[in-house]
Amino acid sequence: MPRELTLKIFRYDPSDPESKPCFVEYKMEETPRLNLFVALHRIRENQAPDLQFDFVCRAGVCGSCGMMINGRPTLACRTLTAELPETITLAPMPAFKLIGDLSVDTGTWFRGMSERVESWIHTKTEFDPEAEEERMDDGTAQKIYELERCIECGCCVAGCATANIREDFLGATGLNRIGRFMLDPRDERDSKDWFELVSTDEGVFGCMGLMACDDVCPKELPLLEVFAYMRRRMSQVAAGRAKDDAGTSLPVIN
Amino acid sequence: MSEIITTDVLVIGAGLAGERAAISASAEGNEVIILSLVPPRRSHSCAAQGGMQAALGNCAKGEGDSEELHWLDTVKGSDWGCDQEVARIFADTAPVAMREMAHHGVPWTRVKGGPAEYFIKGEKVTIEEPHEKEGLIMHRDFGGVSRWRTCYTADGTGHTILYTMDNMVMQLGITVHDRMEAISLIHEGGKCYGAVVRCLRTGALKAYLAKATVIATGGFGRIYKYSTNAIINQGTGQSISLDTGLVPLGNMEAVQFHPTGIVPTDILVTEGCRGDGGFLLDIDEYRFMPDYEPDKQELASRDVVSRRMTEHIHKGKGVPSPDGEHLWLDLRHLGENHLRTKLREVYDICMYFLGVNPIKELVPVRPTQHYSMGGIRVNKDGHAYSLNGLWSVGESSCWDLHGMNRLGGNSLAETVVAGMFCGQLMGEWANKQSLELNSGLATEAIAEQQLRIEKLINGCAGEVNENVNNLLNEAQETLQEKVGIFRKGDELEEAVVRLRELYKRSLNLKLSSSSKGANPEMALALRLPGMIKLGLCVAKGAFLRTESRGGHSREDYPERNDRDWLKRSLARWPVGAEEPEISYEPVGLLESPPGQRGYGGAENIPMEESVSEYNDQVKDKWIKEGWQDTANPLGSGLKEMVEYASTKES
Ligand SMILES: Cc1cc2nc3c(=O)[nH]c(=O)nc-3n(C[C@H](O)[C@H](O)[C@H](O)COP(=O)(O)OP(=O)(O)OC[C@H]3O[C@@H](n4cnc5c(N)ncnc54)[C@H](O)[C@@H]3O)c2cc1C
Ligand code: SF4
Ligand code: SF4
Ligand code: FES
Repeated sequence: MPRELTLKIFRYDPSDPESKPCFVEYKMEETPRLNLFVALHRIRENQAPDLQFDFVCRAGVCGSCGMMINGRPTLACRTLTAELPETITLAPMPAFKLIGDLSVDTGTWFRGMSERVESWIHTKTEFDPEAEEERMDDGTAQKIYELERCIECGCCVAGCATANIREDFLGATGLNRIGRFMLDPRDERDSKDWFELVSTDEGVFGCMGLMACDDVCPKELPLLEVFAYMRRRMSQVAAGRAKDDAGTSLPVIN
Repeated sequence: MSEIITTDVLVIGAGLAGERAAISASAEGNEVIILSLVPPRRSHSCAAQGGMQAALGNCAKGEGDSEELHWLDTVKGSDWGCDQEVARIFADTAPVAMREMAHHGVPWTRVKGGPAEYFIKGEKVTIEEPHEKEGLIMHRDFGGVSRWRTCYTADGTGHTILYTMDNMVMQLGITVHDRMEAISLIHEGGKCYGAVVRCLRTGALKAYLAKATVIATGGFGRIYKYSTNAIINQGTGQSISLDTGLVPLGNMEAVQFHPTGIVPTDILVTEGCRGDGGFLLDIDEYRFMPDYEPDKQELASRDVVSRRMTEHIHKGKGVPSPDGEHLWLDLRHLGENHLRTKLREVYDICMYFLGVNPIKELVPVRPTQHYSMGGIRVNKDGHAYSLNGLWSVGESSCWDLHGMNRLGGNSLAETVVAGMFCGQLMGEWANKQSLELNSGLATEAIAEQQLRIEKLINGCAGEVNENVNNLLNEAQETLQEKVGIFRKGDELEEAVVRLRELYKRSLNLKLSSSSKGANPEMALALRLPGMIKLGLCVAKGAFLRTESRGGHSREDYPERNDRDWLKRSLARWPVGAEEPEISYEPVGLLESPPGQRGYGGAENIPMEESVSEYNDQVKDKWIKEGWQDTANPLGSGLKEMVEYASTKES
């Protein structure tokens, strides 16, 4: 016998003055290999055509579909209903501006974060179209890629106590982004530049270190290691012992 | 009062092609605004896993590679349906484009000197990678190529290129307005002035006016029932261009299916799986591809592999399942280490979306719609036919280096190359134009869309009110069933009739919901007639093309016919018409004469004229019909053309 699922979904349209935040229940029969991407589209097709939510890739790579599923921030597109109880509560992620129902404005938050950490390679070298590419050790490339894998889903932000009370906190994803550029030999920023960026309450010192972020990151980014590395380098700078080793000394991450 | 926003260049689409074009235009000194349905980094480009082609020739199996070979593979892959001059511009520019991305931060996988283990044609082999190339961009194998030339970042090529590109956009301070959807183009007297845009946060309409408008909205795969494309790939860029009644869509019948979409969710697992040595197995767990394609085996070009898979399923060798028949992809012999590092995304997809562990289990796959070769027909600059000031780059365009079949890895490379190359020409062009602030025209265009919206809310008196989802499903099913991999005249005709009827009905949609803001039902209802129109262009083009070439396979016309069909179709939709009008143009000047691809195995009907006679016909036609008003002589062949024209005139 297939289960009958109850999806309790948060509904609210901020653009409509008559709309009041509430949870609405939708029932459906569970089919084999059902995931929340399929389930939500079925609800939109058959029961609530105006239900707002965000999916793009439906393949766990674009980071669009983060939401609170039974209280935990995660990607809806790769959540199988079989892993959940019969009653599933869906709510929008906190810490982001609500657009409507389950849809939140992660785009604006992430562009803001990226601009603040100047998420691009800082170099004085101009690109030379005639030249061979600058060489890089493959091990270094893999380490950068490991941190570059963040898909900006926002789950770590939604699950973070600091990010929920401090709008300007860079969050685990922001600190991870800084780590990614610290590792990159092409980026000419030095320890002092990083220190100014990271050693603030918006940065690493705002973090309480309880690692909810590490726990919820659907891409299993090594956030714990990144934070430890960053703290170590920053305390070295603070202690005036900074050897400017901009680059490749992050403990090995697989 | 509705809002009007002006800029020098309006780029519709923030995937790789749009962002790269915006960067070029900005470098030329233009003010640029980019619009996108979603935050740029969520664009479909992020999902490309496999890699992008450029003839750098850095690894052992890439040795001796050149732009010339890349060009030839591309022309062959296109089944000689491409514009060979464009393919040359593309192959020549690709290496610079990859290096530029390296400079700006892409963590490309790099060459590691010394012995490395690969699976080639099912055999484990050890190859010595050259120490002198240590640290340069590494390549992997892909289908239909003569050398390894696919540059990649582990399993996240599209993701890392798009993140780096978007970093560049931020660094340059280019404005991006996300959650904004262009729903019609503003044009008058053969000139494009910008677009009417609907805000997906509030539902409000705005007009964006610009000197140059660039469509970079990606593919239209979602007109099919099963597609590997992101769910936002609904082809609005192409359909609003078609709505002008002027701009033609090129080669819409050329649709590519990917051999390995997983069942049931149709998520793509990369061609890299076969490139790295994966096998295809049937119901008896028998490896069938070597029987059909002894030489290339699983690595023949993807239209060939898709066709062979379907053929094999038709022979009764498919695996039945509640979600339809499928075959198996076997990755077990690649080993845990390889699957959890080099193919990690694939591993994750199988585990998360199927609950299948590819280290131990077989993965269910079937051919699924994957790529749209067809799109907005542009000249070699990227400037659209018949509408001055409209440009297009990336998958939304038919620049035409893919012809009737795109090679894996060429499309991601195209986005960056076209963005760079056409973007610069567009930026230079925009610099020479003056911004005409025709606010009357803009207000009128907004009012027209407002009317459409009201009609969708209220329905039309005296007509049957149609439901959005029902019509969409019917259209998608029709295309999937009748305009799929193997096509037949009678089925295609049925599809045309059915889609024509659905299109008519789509003009009487009424929403079943009433919410005011960014109602997603409204968004879909606004797109639906355009989606069906695109479907009709595909179906009619496929019905009329009585040959098999590249991604277009007619069971009733199995041979490639170079005598009658060395042509590109152009679909235009006159305002108020019920179906598109299809005309044809030559594929372009030939440098490589049509030949055998060396895979696929079908017979050809040879061309009757010689290559130089064909080329003279091309030139004569251009002279007779006049230059495209937007054409800018470019590339060796066109220079030759200008000389040829002057000898004719004198
Ligand atoms: C799963 C998958 C894997 C692939 N892997 C590879 C690969 O390994 N190698 C390769 O070469 N190719 C690959 N491809 C193909 C390649 O990814 C695409 O062709 C390419 O990314 C298209 O890029 P684009 O910039 O043209 O469009 P997209 O990246 O699709 O971007 C389109 C943009 O347009 C915006 N948009 C759309 N409509 C509107 C509108 N009306 N108004 C405003 N904005 C709009 C969207 O928001 C988006 O920003 C793959 C494709 C798929 C489906
Ligand atoms: S450790 Fe805690 S406070 Fe710090 S970023 Fe992670 S969730 Fe937030
Ligand atoms: S760090 Fe992880 S949880 Fe946070 S945004 Fe990136 S992928 Fe999502
Ligand atoms: S829809 Fe892209 S990650 Fe879920």
